[in-house]
Amino acid sequence: MKLKKNIAVSETGFLFDSNTGESFSLNETGRKILQFLKEDKSEDEISEWFAENYEVDQATFENNLYDFFTVLQNFKIIE
Amino acid sequence: MKKKPEYERPIITKINAGVTDKFGMRAKMPIISEIDGIPVNDLINKYGSPSFILSEQTIRKTFNDAKRAFTTRYPNVQFAWSYKTNYMNAVCKIFHSEGSWAEVVSGFEYDKALSNGVAPNKIIFNGPDKSKEDLIKATENGSYIHIDHFDELYELLNIADSSKKRPKVAIRVNMDTGIYPQWDRFGFNYENGEAWNALNRIMMSKKLDLIGLHTHIGTYMMTPTPYGVAASKLAELAVRTERKFNHKIKYIDMGGGFASKNTLKGAYLPGKDTCPSFDQYAEAISNALINSELDPNEMPTLFLETGRALIDDAGYITGSVLANKRLADGRRSMIIDTGVNMLFTSFWYEHEIYPAKEVSSHSEDTTIYGPLCMNIDVIRSVIKFPSLQKGDHYVIKRVGAYNMTQWMQFITLRPKIILIDTEGKAHIIRENETNDSLVALENVPDYLN
Ligand SMILES: Cc1ncc(COP(=O)(O)O)c(C=O)c1O
Repeated sequence: MKLKKNIAVSETGFLFDSNTGESFSLNETGRKILQFLKEDKSEDEISEWFAENYEVDQATFENNLYDFFTVLQNFKIIE
Repeated sequence: MKKKPEYERPIITKINAGVTDKFGMRAKMPIISEIDGIPVNDLINKYGSPSFILSEQTIRKTFNDAKRAFTTRYPNVQFAWSYKTNYMNAVCKIFHSEGSWAEVVSGFEYDKALSNGVAPNKIIFNGPDKSKEDLIKATENGSYIHIDHFDELYELLNIADSSKKRPKVAIRVNMDTGIYPQWDRFGFNYENGEAWNALNRIMMSKKLDLIGLHTHIGTYMMTPTPYGVAASKLAELAVRTERKFNHKIKYIDMGGGFASKNTLKGAYLPGKDTCPSFDQYAEAISNALINSELDPNEMPTLFLETGRALIDDAGYITGSVLANKRLADGRRSMIIDTGVNMLFTSFWYEHEIYPAKEVSSHSEDTTIYGPLCMNIDVIRSVIKFPSLQKGDHYVIKRVGAYNMTQWMQFITLRPKIILIDTEGKAHIIRENETNDSLVALENVPDYLN
């Protein structure tokens, strides 16, 4: 999963797509995932990090992560 | 070990500058974590998921609100509990303990009212389907029989010939009250003279005691005005009867039909903001009767067969999320363990549904499906809803009317119904079905065994 180049994410979870002019808001989990994508982290690395740092098991997290990717794809934020 | 922070699933929402949703409401969804003091989690752990929960406190409060609205405006008022709306015995007995009579529409409901201890002369028998046996029984018992059509009128005249008791009757009248569609399939029409005709035949026969006039103009009536029109027309019939036959009509029965606070599908504003209050309905009806030519010293009793507006708010469903899915177009969908089989009213209401615990402040357009393998099994086609995980609990509000009588047993077993009493104690008032209780009625022919 790769973040498109025209996407900017702020510290507070505000996301701006300079191609379309559309903006989005992210919760903390969403913001963190996008930050990892920006850093080119793999899906496995992302889930391991969440399972380690949050009250969540890896299976639940992965389920949520793939669901989140579908939404990001829909909003044309990742390619 | 240090506790890890609470996890919330990732959420992204598009910001539409300047555009609020159609109700202009805040995005953060309230939660329902307890019902009458009992935590939703406890209810689900103890009674299973899903279950129906009824609040006795709400039933009694709603009833007394309605009663006050009418008794402060009209001298003699009598409510009759519309059994079809919710005929769990415990529910009926609450209404009877508040002084309600019973309003029934079948032999089955009639017998239920008797076994709930209602005096036979406090049962109103409505509906197009009364068998000859039903009519004989109601006549012998002195119950109030509301005649629906001429075939029933003639049947009653026959019964009167062979019975020692005179049937106590009212006629059901349908009429134009300015609403569309007009309900003209029940009773005798007012405008074309059919009601007056039926009334004359009853009076001329001298075999029946004509004690009342009845109408039920529709259900979920969103304005009180048609009730005023209907009450005037019934008052006019009563006055004409008295002039012609020197016979007093003892009661005028306005039926049911007051809207509950649920939101109809496609409505622009939530039902709780648009539905008229009991006071508004009471004002329309009482004004029409008081301003009519009825004798002010001997006003007929006003009967009300209010159903949904008295019980909808007292009912909840508590249940669990089964799964979350993405639809092909990217929309979120959530599958819950309540389907249209037990929430029949979701065909016409946009039921309010809430998480049972504090969740994320992000909401997303979501379609909420029931668990049935059917395309029609949609609880909400689109609602801004925070994301819940599998196993999380939800509460559906205002489900007390019609669901516990119209529910279908389909691919699964019907759940328990719980009543929370006024002290906050829960009681099972209907057990969940079991495989055994269901197959008890089945029979497999020998050759298949
Ligand atoms: C004759 C009669 N009375 C009362 C009712 C109760 O109506 P509601 O639940 O709309 O108040 C009905 C419902 O259909 C009815 O047919």
